[in-house]
Amino acid sequence: MNYLIGLLAIVFFFLAVSVITKSVKLNNKLSSTEDDDSTVDNFNNANGIGMLIFWLLFVILGSWSFLHSKPDFLPVAASEHGVRTDNMFWTSMAVVTFAFFISNTLLFYFAFKYRFNKNRKATFYPVNHKLELIWTVVPAIVMAILVFTGWRTWRDITSQAPSNSAVIELTGHQFGWYVRYAGVDDSQLGNVNYKLIDETNSLGIDFTDKNSFDDFTATELHLPKGQPVLLKIRAQDVLHSVYLPFHRVKMDAVPGMPTKFWFIPTISTDEMRAKLGKPDFNFKVNCTEVCGRGHFGMSITVFVDEPEDYKKWVAEQKPFLASNPSYLDKVPANLKAKAGKYIPMEPIATDSTEAVSVN
Amino acid sequence: MSTAISTAEEVHTHDHDHDHEHEHHELGFIRTYIFSEDHKTIAKQYLISGILWAFIGGSLSIIFRLQLGFPGMSMEWLRPLLGGWIDESGKLDKEFYLAMVTMHGTIMVFFVLTAGLSGTFSNFLIPLQVGARDMASGFINMLSYWFFFLSSVIMFSSLFIETGPASGGWVIYPPLSALPQAMPGSGLGMTLWLTSMTFFIVSSLMGGINYICTIINLRTRGMTFTRMPLTIWSFFFTAVLGLLSFPVLLSAALLLIFDRSFGTSFYLSEIYIQGQALPNVGGSAILYQHLFWFLGHPEVYIVLLPALGMTSEIIATNSRKPIFGYRAMIGSMMGITALAFIVWAHHMFVTGMNPFLGSVFMFLTLIIAVPSAVKAFNYITTLWKGNLVFTPAMLFSIGLVSMFISGGVTGIILGNSALDINLHDTYFVVAHFHLVMGAASFFGLMAGVYHWFPKMFGRMMNKSLGYIHFWFTFVGVYMVFFPMHYIGIAGFPRRYYTFTALGNDSMAAFTDMNSFISIAAIITFSAQAIFAWNFFYSIFKGKIAPANPWKSNTLEWTTPINPEHGNWPGEIPAVYRWPYDYSKPGAPDDFIPQNVPHSATLESNLPEENAEIAREKDIDGLLGAQNESYKH
Repeated sequence: MNYLIGLLAIVFFFLAVSVITKSVKLNNKLSSTEDDDSTVDNFNNANGIGMLIFWLLFVILGSWSFLHSKPDFLPVAASEHGVRTDNMFWTSMAVVTFAFFISNTLLFYFAFKYRFNKNRKATFYPVNHKLELIWTVVPAIVMAILVFTGWRTWRDITSQAPSNSAVIELTGHQFGWYVRYAGVDDSQLGNVNYKLIDETNSLGIDFTDKNSFDDFTATELHLPKGQPVLLKIRAQDVLHSVYLPFHRVKMDAVPGMPTKFWFIPTISTDEMRAKLGKPDFNFKVNCTEVCGRGHFGMSITVFVDEPEDYKKWVAEQKPFLASNPSYLDKVPANLKAKAGKYIPMEPIATDSTEAVSVN
Repeated sequence: MSTAISTAEEVHTHDHDHDHEHEHHELGFIRTYIFSEDHKTIAKQYLISGILWAFIGGSLSIIFRLQLGFPGMSMEWLRPLLGGWIDESGKLDKEFYLAMVTMHGTIMVFFVLTAGLSGTFSNFLIPLQVGARDMASGFINMLSYWFFFLSSVIMFSSLFIETGPASGGWVIYPPLSALPQAMPGSGLGMTLWLTSMTFFIVSSLMGGINYICTIINLRTRGMTFTRMPLTIWSFFFTAVLGLLSFPVLLSAALLLIFDRSFGTSFYLSEIYIQGQALPNVGGSAILYQHLFWFLGHPEVYIVLLPALGMTSEIIATNSRKPIFGYRAMIGSMMGITALAFIVWAHHMFVTGMNPFLGSVFMFLTLIIAVPSAVKAFNYITTLWKGNLVFTPAMLFSIGLVSMFISGGVTGIILGNSALDINLHDTYFVVAHFHLVMGAASFFGLMAGVYHWFPKMFGRMMNKSLGYIHFWFTFVGVYMVFFPMHYIGIAGFPRRYYTFTALGNDSMAAFTDMNSFISIAAIITFSAQAIFAWNFFYSIFKGKIAPANPWKSNTLEWTTPINPEHGNWPGEIPAVYRWPYDYSKPGAPDDFIPQNVPHSATLESNLPEENAEIAREKDIDGLLGAQNESYKH
C-alpha cells in the first residue's frame, strides 16, 4: 500500500512538473508572439494525450488496487440470504463495471482522438434516433432484469419469519445494545413499556404480561446455526441501526416503532474462525445510524453456536425474574403463582432451571 | 464579507465602462454593488459566497480526514484553531468530529452546490441567455441573495458556539436532533441550523420563482422553448424541483422546531433518555425521514442538473459540434425531474419502512438510471468526431461526465433494496454520492466559472493555471473516492470516529488506504488554492477578454464585454436558430450565433431551415411588443 502512495505521488509530481515547465515555456512564447488563435494553445495536445494516459493509469492502478483490497473485503456471508445478496452484488457489480469501463474508455479515447486539429472540421452530427433508441432500450432491459432479480430477493428476505424462529430482541440505547431472549418456555417475548424502565429493569419489561416471566437478558448475542432467527429491534432514545456485517443484516432501531429482520445464520463462530484462520475472530453487531458521541463504539459480540450448544446456552441462562426476584411485586395477583415458579427458593443458580423443567 | 470582495472587483471592472450612458439614473454605491438588483451582480455575490463556503466546507473535511487517515495522530497543533474541541489527550473531540461531518455535508450540499452553483449560474445566465434585461423581479432576486446571506451568517456563527454546531449528520434525523440531552450539538447548534435553513429555503424559493418566471415570460423574440440552450432548460427544471420540494423541507423543519421547543410529538415517541422517560407518544421518526428525503432526493438533482446543463453547453462549444440529441437531452432532464420526486424512499430501505414500499421505490429508482445513461451516452457522442478544444472549462466538463458515469453506476447497486441492506450507510454510499453528486456538480461549477468568467468580469483567467488545477483536482478526486468503495464493501460504516469496534483487524487492513485517501484529499484541497489565486487575481489583473472568447453561439456573448445593468446597450437581439450550429457544413465559420438569421446563411441552411426564412419577419415584428414590456 505504501508503495502505491509513493507511486501515485511520483506520477502526480511529474505530471505537475511537466505541466508547469510547459506553462512557463508557453508563457514566454506567448509574450513574444501573441498567438492570433487564442482559444487553442499548445497545451491542447498535452491535455488530450493526458486524458488517455490518465485512463490507462486508472485502469492499471484501479485493477491492481481492487485485487489488493479484495482479501480484506467482508468474508463469505454467514447467512443464507447473505450468500444470495453477495452473489447478486458481484453480478451487478460486473454489469456496472463493464458499463463503467466501456463508457469511460470511449470518453477518454474520444477526448484523445479528436483533440483539436486546425486542418479538420468537426462533423455536424446533431441526432440519430436509432442510436438513441438503442441506448435507451438496452439500459432499460438491463435495469428491468436487475430490478426483477433484486425484487425477488428483497421479497424473500422481508417475508414473514418462519414460526419456529428463535425470537431475540435487540434494543439500542446510547451507547450499547440490550439483548433479550424469549425464554425456553413460551418463546414469546413479554411486553415492554418505556415508562417502566429503571436502574435494574433497563428494558422496561412489563411483568403484568405472563410472557415476560421466562424472558432473560444477555450481554452478547448467541444465535443457533442453521435455524431461522427473528430479531425484534427497538430503540430507547434515538435512532440506531443493527448491523451484523458478516450476516449482511441491517435494520434501523426506531424509538416508538419496533422493527424486525429475520435470517438464517449458516456458519458457526468456530467454523468461521477455522475458515479465516483467525482463532480470535468474532461476529459483531455494530451501529450504522449516527446516534451521538459513542456511535462508533456501539458494538457487541455475536456467537453463532451449533444448535445443541445454543440450546445448552439458553438453558443455562436465568430469567430476569429469577435474578431479580423483587420484580415479583409488579406481577398482578392472579399471575403470582405462575411467576413464582421462576423465583429460586434458595439462592442457588440451578434452582431456576429446575423450576423451568417442572413447568 | 463576500460582498466586500465583490464590491471591490466591481469598482474596477466598471471603471472603463463610463462611455455607456444607457443607465440614466445613477445608482449609489450601495445600490450598485451591495443591495444590487442587477442579476449579474447578484450572481457574483452568490459565486464569491459559494467559493468562501467551499473553502470552509472543504477544510472541515480535511480535519476529519486527518482523524480517519491518521487515527493515532496528535491534533495538538490544531488547538490554536479549535481550542476545547481538542481534548486533554490531544485528540479530536468525538462530538466535534460528528459536528464537522454534519457541517461539511450541510455546507457543501446547500451553501456551495445549491446556492453557489445554481444561485450563481441561474442568476447570471438566465437573463443573458434567454435575452432579458434582468430577472422578472430584480427586487425579489436581491432579497433572495440577502436571505441567503442571513442564512449564511447564522450557519457560520453556529460553528463558534460553545456547545458546537449541529452534529446529527446533515440529514438531522430526529430524535437525535430533537433532544438536546442526546448530544450537545442538538442544543443551540441545532436551533441555529434550523433557523439558518429556514432562511435558506426562503431564499431558494424566491430565486426559483424568479428563474421560472424569467424563463417563461422574458425570452427574447424568437427564443422558442426548443431554441433555448440546455443550460436554460436545466436551470428551469432545477427551479421547478426546488420550488416543489423545498417547502416540504420547510415543513419538516417546522415540525422539528415544534418538537424541540413547544413540546409537540410529531417525530417523538416512547423515548427514555438520560434516566428520564419523556411524555411524548404517537410521533413517528420515520415521518421526518419521508419529509426530509422528499426534498433530499430532488436536492441531488438540484445540484446536479445545472452542472449537467452547463456541461452540455461547454462540451458542444468546445467540441465545435452540436450537442448530440438536443431533444433527448431535454427529454431525459424532464424524465429525471419527474422521477426525482418519486424515488426518495430509496434512502430508507432499512429504516423499518414497509418492505412493499421498498419494492416500489427500488423499481422507480432503477428507472431513473435510463435517462441518466442517455445523457452520458449523448455527451460521449458529442465528443465523437468533434474538434476538441481543451479549455479548462472543457476539461472540467469531461471530468464531470467521467464522475457522473463512475458515481452513477454504483447507484444501480444501491438502488437495489436487497443489495442496499449491506451497503446502506457504509463508505460505499459515501463514495457513490461524492462522485456522482459532489464531485460531478463541483466539476460543473468549476467548468462554469472558467467558461463564463470572461463574461462576468470582462477578463480572462490564466489557462495554464486552469490546466494544473484541473489535473490535480481530477486525479485527486478519483484517488479520494475510488478506494472508498473498497472500504464500503469491507463493511465500514460512515460517520465513525474510528473503526476499532469493528474488531477482527478490519481497521488495520485499511489503515494504509485511509491514510492514502486522506493524503489525496489534502492534495486535492490544496490544489484549490491555485484556483482561488487564479480567480481573484484575474478579476483585477487578468487579460482583457475578447467579446466571444470561446466562439460560442449563445446570446450572452452578444453583449458588451462589460455589460451594464440591462445587458444590451441597444435592442435585445432576436433569436433565429438553436444554439448549437457549430461546424455546420457550408458555413464559413465553425459557429453561427443564435442571433444570425437563416436569410444570412443561405450557404449552410439545411433544406427544412429555408422555411424558417419566411418566419423571420414575424420574429422581427415582435420587437415593439418586447420593448413595450420593459416600459414601466
